[in-house]
Amino acid sequence: MTNILTTKNLNIHYGPKHAVHDVNLNIKDGKITAIIGPSGCGKSTILRCFNRMNDFITGIKISGEVVFNERNIYHPSTDPSRIRKSVGMVFQRPNPFPKSIYNNIVWGPKINNLDLDFEELVETSLKKAALWDEVKDRLNDSALALSGGQQQRLCIARAIAMSPKVILMDEPCSALDPKATIKIEDLMGELRESYTIVIVTHNMQQAARVSDETAFFYEGELIEFGNTPDMFTNPTKKQTEDYITGRFG
Amino acid sequence: MNSIQENLMDSKRSIEDGRVSFRLFFNKLLERSINFYLLACVSVTVLVSSTVIFILGKDCFEFFSQISFFDFLFGTKWEPLIEPRNFGVLPLITGTFLVVFGSILIALPIGLFVAVFLSEFSSKRFRSFIKPILEILAGIPTVVYGLFALTFITPKLKLIFPEIEVFNALSAAIVVGVMILPMITSLCDDAFKALPNSLKQGAYALGGRPHEVVIGIIIPAASQRIGAAIILAISRAVGETMAVTLAAGANPNFTLNPLKSVQTMTSYIVQVSMGDIPAHGVEYLTCFAVAGLLFLITWLMNMIGAYFIFAKGKN
Amino acid sequence: MGRKIKSVIFYFLCLVSTILCLFLLGILIYHLFIQGKDYFTWDFLNNFPSRFASKAGVKPGIYGTFYMMALTAIIAVPLGISTAIYMEEYGPKNKWMNLIQINISNLAGMPSIIYGLLGLAVFVRFFGLERSILSGSLTLSLLILPVIIIASQGAIKSVPQSIRDAGYALGARKFHVVFTQVLPAAIPGIMTGVILSLSRAIGEAAPLIVVGAVGYISYLPHTIMDGFTVLPIQIYNWASRPQEEFQGLASAAILVLLIGLFSLNFVAVYIRERFQRYKDND
Repeated sequence: MTNILTTKNLNIHYGPKHAVHDVNLNIKDGKITAIIGPSGCGKSTILRCFNRMNDFITGIKISGEVVFNERNIYHPSTDPSRIRKSVGMVFQRPNPFPKSIYNNIVWGPKINNLDLDFEELVETSLKKAALWDEVKDRLNDSALALSGGQQQRLCIARAIAMSPKVILMDEPCSALDPKATIKIEDLMGELRESYTIVIVTHNMQQAARVSDETAFFYEGELIEFGNTPDMFTNPTKKQTEDYITGRFG
Repeated sequence: MNSIQENLMDSKRSIEDGRVSFRLFFNKLLERSINFYLLACVSVTVLVSSTVIFILGKDCFEFFSQISFFDFLFGTKWEPLIEPRNFGVLPLITGTFLVVFGSILIALPIGLFVAVFLSEFSSKRFRSFIKPILEILAGIPTVVYGLFALTFITPKLKLIFPEIEVFNALSAAIVVGVMILPMITSLCDDAFKALPNSLKQGAYALGGRPHEVVIGIIIPAASQRIGAAIILAISRAVGETMAVTLAAGANPNFTLNPLKSVQTMTSYIVQVSMGDIPAHGVEYLTCFAVAGLLFLITWLMNMIGAYFIFAKGKN
Repeated sequence: MGRKIKSVIFYFLCLVSTILCLFLLGILIYHLFIQGKDYFTWDFLNNFPSRFASKAGVKPGIYGTFYMMALTAIIAVPLGISTAIYMEEYGPKNKWMNLIQINISNLAGMPSIIYGLLGLAVFVRFFGLERSILSGSLTLSLLILPVIIIASQGAIKSVPQSIRDAGYALGARKFHVVFTQVLPAAIPGIMTGVILSLSRAIGEAAPLIVVGAVGYISYLPHTIMDGFTVLPIQIYNWASRPQEEFQGLASAAILVLLIGLFSLNFVAVYIRERFQRYKDND
C-alpha cells in the first residue's frame, strides 16, 4: 500500500501563534482518510496544505515538507496551480460558480487545456457524482438554482472533472441537511474506487461510517492515527478515547 | 384602613398620576416636534428636485415655444449668441461625447487593472498606501486638472500630434479620465469585495491562475456592479465642467476629431454665465435648454446605474 | 508555456496601471510646483487681482473661500445630519422612503452646474439675494447636501444594533437613544463625510460662476450680502489667459488651494482618530 501524500515535520505558524506542531501524516493511496478533532485543532489548516490553498492566507508560515508523488509541493520551484490539477478540493459551503451547470464543470478543464470531449466529460463527471439523472435535462440552467445538496454534488463533479488523484473534502456535509448528507456519504463510498479521499469532519459518526483510516488531532498535534474500526473500538491513547466517547469537544 | 386615609392615598395617587401624565404629555410633544423637524429636513431634498425640474421644465417650455424642437435636436450649428443665430445642439452633444467616450476608454481598463491589483496582488500594507493616493487624486479640484491639461498635457501631445490645437478634446478626455479613474477603481473594488471568498477559492482550487480566475470567474460574477460603476462614471464625466472648459475650449465644432477644440454642454453653460445675460430673451433660455438636456442625460444614467447596483441579479 | 506567460503579462498590466496612478499624482504636483513656486510670495497672498501679473494676488480668493466654507458648513451640516437621522432612525420603511432615497442618490449625481442654475433662479433672482456670499453658500450647501446625507447614513447604519437595544432596555426614549448613544457613536464617520464634502465644495467653481461670483474684485467681503470670489474662480480666470505669467499665478493659487485642502483633511483624520480612541476606551 503506497503513501500518496505524506507530511514530514509539518509546522504551521499564524504570525506568533504556533498552530500546527510537527505533523507526520501518511495518506494511503485509494483509501478514505478522515481527519477528526475538536474545533480549532488545525484540521482544516492541515488539509489546505495538501493543495497549497494556505498560500492565500497572509502571515502564514509553513515549515517542513508535504510530499505528493515523491515531490515536496512546498519546494520553491513548484507551481501551486499544477498541484491543484491533481489534488482537488470540495469546500464546506457549496461554492458553484454563477454559471450554468455545464460551464461549472468544463471551466477547470478548459483553462487547463485538457483536450477532451466536453459533453462526454460533463456526463461522466455528473454520473460519478450521482447528479446526472437529476440535471441531465437542464445542463444550461444556472447552478445556483440547485438545492444545497445538489450544489455540493455539483462541486464534487467539478472536482472530478479534473481527474485528480486526490480529493480533499473540508467538512463537505456540515452545511447540508441529513438527507443530502447521506447521499454524499454514499457517494464517497463509490468514489473510493477511483480516488484517494481525505475528509475533515467534526462529526465522529460520519468518520466512523465512511473512512478506512482516521487521524485524530488535538491542538495542532497528531495524537493518533490508524485503521478506523480499531481506532473507534480500541483507541490506544486516552485523549482519543475521551474525544470519541464525547467527554470533551 | 379608614376612609380618611383612603381619601389621602387616592389624592396622592391622582397627583402622581397627574405628574406622570404631564411628563408623558411633554415627552410625547418632544417626540412629535423632533419628528416634525427631521421630516422637514428631509423634505428639503424633495423640494430641491422638484424645483430643479420645475425651473428647467418651465424655461425649456418657453425656449421651445420660440425654437423648433427639431432644429434644436438635429441642427449641426450652434451659434445662439451671434447673428445669424443657429440653435442646433448637436455640436455640444458631439463635444460632450468625444470627451466622455475618450475618458472612459482611458479610465475603464486602467481602473479595472488597478482594482484587480488591489484585490488580488497587493499586500494589506500596499493597499493602505495606494487607497489614499487614489483618494487624493479624486479630491483634487477640477480647475487644477484643467490647468494641468492646458500647460502639461497639451504641449506633450503636440509632440506626437503636431497639428493638435491649443484647446482640444483629447487633452480634456485624458484629464477627465484621470478624474473618474479613482471612482471606477473604488466601485470595482467594492464589487470584488462583495463576492463571497469561497467563489475565488473554488476557482483557484481547480488549478486556475490569477488571470483566469479574474477574467473567467470574478469579473463575470461582479459584472452587474461593474456595469453600474461604468454608468456612474459616465454620468460624472458628462457633468464635468471646469477641466473640460479649460482643456477643450469653447468652440462648438461639429466634429469627431479629438485634436480639435470642442465645446461641451457644461462649458457652454459656463460661457454664457460668464457674460452678462439679460434675464429674458432667447440667449438666457438656451442656457436652460442645454441644462435640461444635460439633466435628462445624467438623470437617466444615474437611474440605470442605481438599478444595476440594487436590482437582484439574474444569479 | 502560453498560460504562464499570459499570467505574467496580466500581473504586469495590473502593476503598471497602479504605478501609473502614483506617477500621475507625482507629475501633477511636481509640475504645479515648478510652475508656481516663483509666484508664491507674501505679496501674492496679500494682494488683489490685477491686470499686471506682478501685482496680482489671491487675497479676496482666500477670504472668499473661507467665508463661503464656513457659511456652507453652518447651513448644510445640520440639515444633512438631520435628514440622515430621519432616514435611518425615525423614518418608516416603505416605498415613499425608498423614493426619497433614490432621489437623494440622484441629487448626489447631478452635475454641479445645474445646482448653479438652481441657485441663480431661486436665490439670486427669486429671493433677490443678488450675487452675494449668501447666495453662493446656499447653492453650495444644496450641492453637498446629498453627499453629507449619504455619508451620515452610512455612519449611522454602522452603529451596532446592540447599542440601541441596550439604551431602550434601560428605559430610554427614542430621542435619548438616538441623540445620546447612536449619534455620538456615528460622529467619526459623519465627520469624514462632512470633511470630504467640504473639500469638494472648496474646489467648485462652475456653480459659483453661474450664481455670480466675480473674477476681478477689489475689496474684501464684509457681510454675507457682499459680492465675492473664491480661489477656484481666480485660478480659472488666470488659467484661461494665454500669458505665461498668468499660468504661473494660477499654479501658485492652486498651491494655496491644495495647502488648504490638505490641512482640512489632516484635521479630519486627526479628529477621527481621536474620537475613535475615545470610543474604544468606553
